[in-house]
Amino acid sequence: MRNGKLTAAAIAASMGLLLSACGSGSSSEEGFSAPVAENPSFEQGTTMAEYADSGEITIGTKKDQPLFGLENLNGEMQGFDVAIGEIIAGKLGIPADKINWKETPSKNRELYIEQGKVDMVVATYTINDKRAERVTFAGPYYEAGQDLMVKQDNNSITGPESLRDSDAKVCSARGSTPSERIREYIDPSRLVLFDTYSKCADALRNGQAQAVTTDNSILMGLVSESENKFKVVGNTFSEEPYGIGIAKGDTDFCQFINESLRTAAENGTYQEAWNSTAGKVSEKTPELPELQSCG
Amino acid sequence: MQVLIDNYHLYLRGLGTTLQICLYAGLLTLVVGTFIAGCRVAPLTPLRAFGTAWVTVFRNCPLAVVLFFMAFGIPALGINASYFVFGTIGLALYTSAFVCEAIRSGINAVSPGQAEAARSVGLGFGQTLRLVILPQAVRSIVPPLGSVMIAMIKNSAIAGAFGIGGDLYAVGIRQSSAQGEEIIPVLLGVALGYLIITIPAGLLLGYVERKVAIAR
Amino acid sequence: MSDSVLYEAPGPRARLRARYASVITGLVLLAVFGWVIYRLAQGGEFTYEKWGPLIDPTNESFTPLWTLLGKGLGNTLLAAGWSILFSLVIGTVLALTRVTAAAWYRWAVVGVIELLRGTPVVVLIFFAYQALPVMGLDLPVMWSLVIGLTAYNCVIIAEIVRAGIDSLPKGQSEAAYAVGMRRGQVMFNVLLPQAFRAMLPALISQLVVVLKDTSLGFTISYPEFVQRGETAIENLGNPIQLYLFIALIFIVINYTLSKLAVYTERRLSRGRKSSATAEPESAATTGD
Repeated sequence: MRNGKLTAAAIAASMGLLLSACGSGSSSEEGFSAPVAENPSFEQGTTMAEYADSGEITIGTKKDQPLFGLENLNGEMQGFDVAIGEIIAGKLGIPADKINWKETPSKNRELYIEQGKVDMVVATYTINDKRAERVTFAGPYYEAGQDLMVKQDNNSITGPESLRDSDAKVCSARGSTPSERIREYIDPSRLVLFDTYSKCADALRNGQAQAVTTDNSILMGLVSESENKFKVVGNTFSEEPYGIGIAKGDTDFCQFINESLRTAAENGTYQEAWNSTAGKVSEKTPELPELQSCG
Repeated sequence: MQVLIDNYHLYLRGLGTTLQICLYAGLLTLVVGTFIAGCRVAPLTPLRAFGTAWVTVFRNCPLAVVLFFMAFGIPALGINASYFVFGTIGLALYTSAFVCEAIRSGINAVSPGQAEAARSVGLGFGQTLRLVILPQAVRSIVPPLGSVMIAMIKNSAIAGAFGIGGDLYAVGIRQSSAQGEEIIPVLLGVALGYLIITIPAGLLLGYVERKVAIAR
Repeated sequence: MSDSVLYEAPGPRARLRARYASVITGLVLLAVFGWVIYRLAQGGEFTYEKWGPLIDPTNESFTPLWTLLGKGLGNTLLAAGWSILFSLVIGTVLALTRVTAAAWYRWAVVGVIELLRGTPVVVLIFFAYQALPVMGLDLPVMWSLVIGLTAYNCVIIAEIVRAGIDSLPKGQSEAAYAVGMRRGQVMFNVLLPQAFRAMLPALISQLVVVLKDTSLGFTISYPEFVQRGETAIENLGNPIQLYLFIALIFIVINYTLSKLAVYTERRLSRGRKSSATAEPESAATTGD
């Protein structure tokens, strides 16, 4: 019994030590803060006025995409998508800490917008016609393309065509569009599917797969985490303009977002957002792509 | 429902892959499970400890975690194989703990007098087990073992998330997520595929159970 | 039958042989274990970078990591708790109505039970997550997991309850009827309380199953233990270490629960040796 008490006391003591030892653990800010407009005024009845008045906005994003939308250990959101969301929220007078980030897996993006679960979606969201039937897209704010990632010393895989006659295994995320497109080049038996791309990176590292395929934006993040053991082939074989999804037919809000993006590109906020997130691993800063009309 | 009719060949192929996984995993798990059960009743302490540790680990660990170690832990040791092999082995190892317990409880159900009689005519441990105990234990092993196997068939759906792809559940995920088909018919099709296997298996098991039931 | 019945009490020579054999098997097992450690070390899996956040309190990631995982474990326990509770309630209702109700209803119940039992739990969870919103039932993600797990486990619990009631001696209900109780009273005042006692070990074992299955929450991104682990891995890049930790925690919790089940079983069967305690084939023994 006495022994038991002693151990308990020892544990309590070491716990105290433990607690005192780690007071300042949360200092991983991403170094980007979007300018917040003070008391912006909007026409009554518009979506902008609604959000600005409530002082809050719910943005759908992904939480497992390094460099674009990633939740860190402290539960904070980081990445280029997140920064773009903050820029637009800032234009509405909403500071970053008033944004509710809602995890929005690819499959649910249209559904969440239609149901009003989220006010807008910034989630490596490729604009295409099928999706545009259900939601309205602002942007694009970034042009990605499907590419391949291989080990640094691999020179035989140079693009999707080079996969045809090889026996390389290619990894992608299950249920994803890139995993469908790569089927045009390889036999399904050579396709390896996991639920996250970081698992694909592990498969590449230990030789279980010879290439990983998805949007180059995501691959860049994986390369940066690999300490340059991997490289992106740099031969994109699709166009993935990332847009911002909002409720179908909300032309005013769409134009407002486009205007915000244009301003951000002009005053350097856009570049700053890039440089403090995805730009950390990419040499060139992208220009804001030509924006689509809001229809 | 049109999606099921149009793509029935995909679902059939998925069903085929699922059956393939289950066949290999089923055979392997019987071998491993029997071996571990042997360890657990063996006269050597390290073997017994090994058997107990094996069962404790695989019974209490979620299958997803076991499969993770197969897909990423084993390659980290420098051993490479296809994910189909890893997934099938992972499923078999997980199930082997339950196979082992089914066999062990079957062994325990045989009356001690049988073992005593076997020993008194001079049979050793291996002979006692092989010639006297196991043949009698089979009838009380079959019913729980059948349930274990049916559970394994259902668990194979999880193996699809670890690189295998192409099994029935993976087909459903692909159809609904990547190809944007209506979710409800797709999932009903997937469920139907599993039910085609599990319900007849359950009926068969019930029949066998009645056949081998020990009249006491 | 105790294990020792299978072999003779060893004599001096057999003891010696057994000792040699023990040492050899022990060495073989150790060698395999050592090889695994060696290969992992070669692969750089024992570096401070990979273990520090998990074991070193002064590491800057230590506190956030443990907070994150702690919350994940909390969510796992929460979802498992709700699931077992709902399963218990619905399972009991299913079991009771199956015994008492009209024939067509019994058949309907049997049909539902077979359908739910024959479908993989991961499909049911995915269905609850993806299909219910389409059907207009929009719930937080935890409830998708709870609904999926409940759908799967309530029918197993229904079987446990039924077996529990069946295991009671007929005299119990006969005596209750004899003193003038009605059917409902017999069920709720006499049979169920005793049946639950007999079922307790099986129910605890089922909790192990539910707890393991909550890990499938990662397929629908419910922030449970494994999913939080995945988030940590995205940040720290140490999958093997974190999964070892996750496995360890699961094993400790579930092992404790299994021991608890055995303990309750012993306690309950003590003193009434004659009536064999109900041992319905629980799913925990099949890996369901």
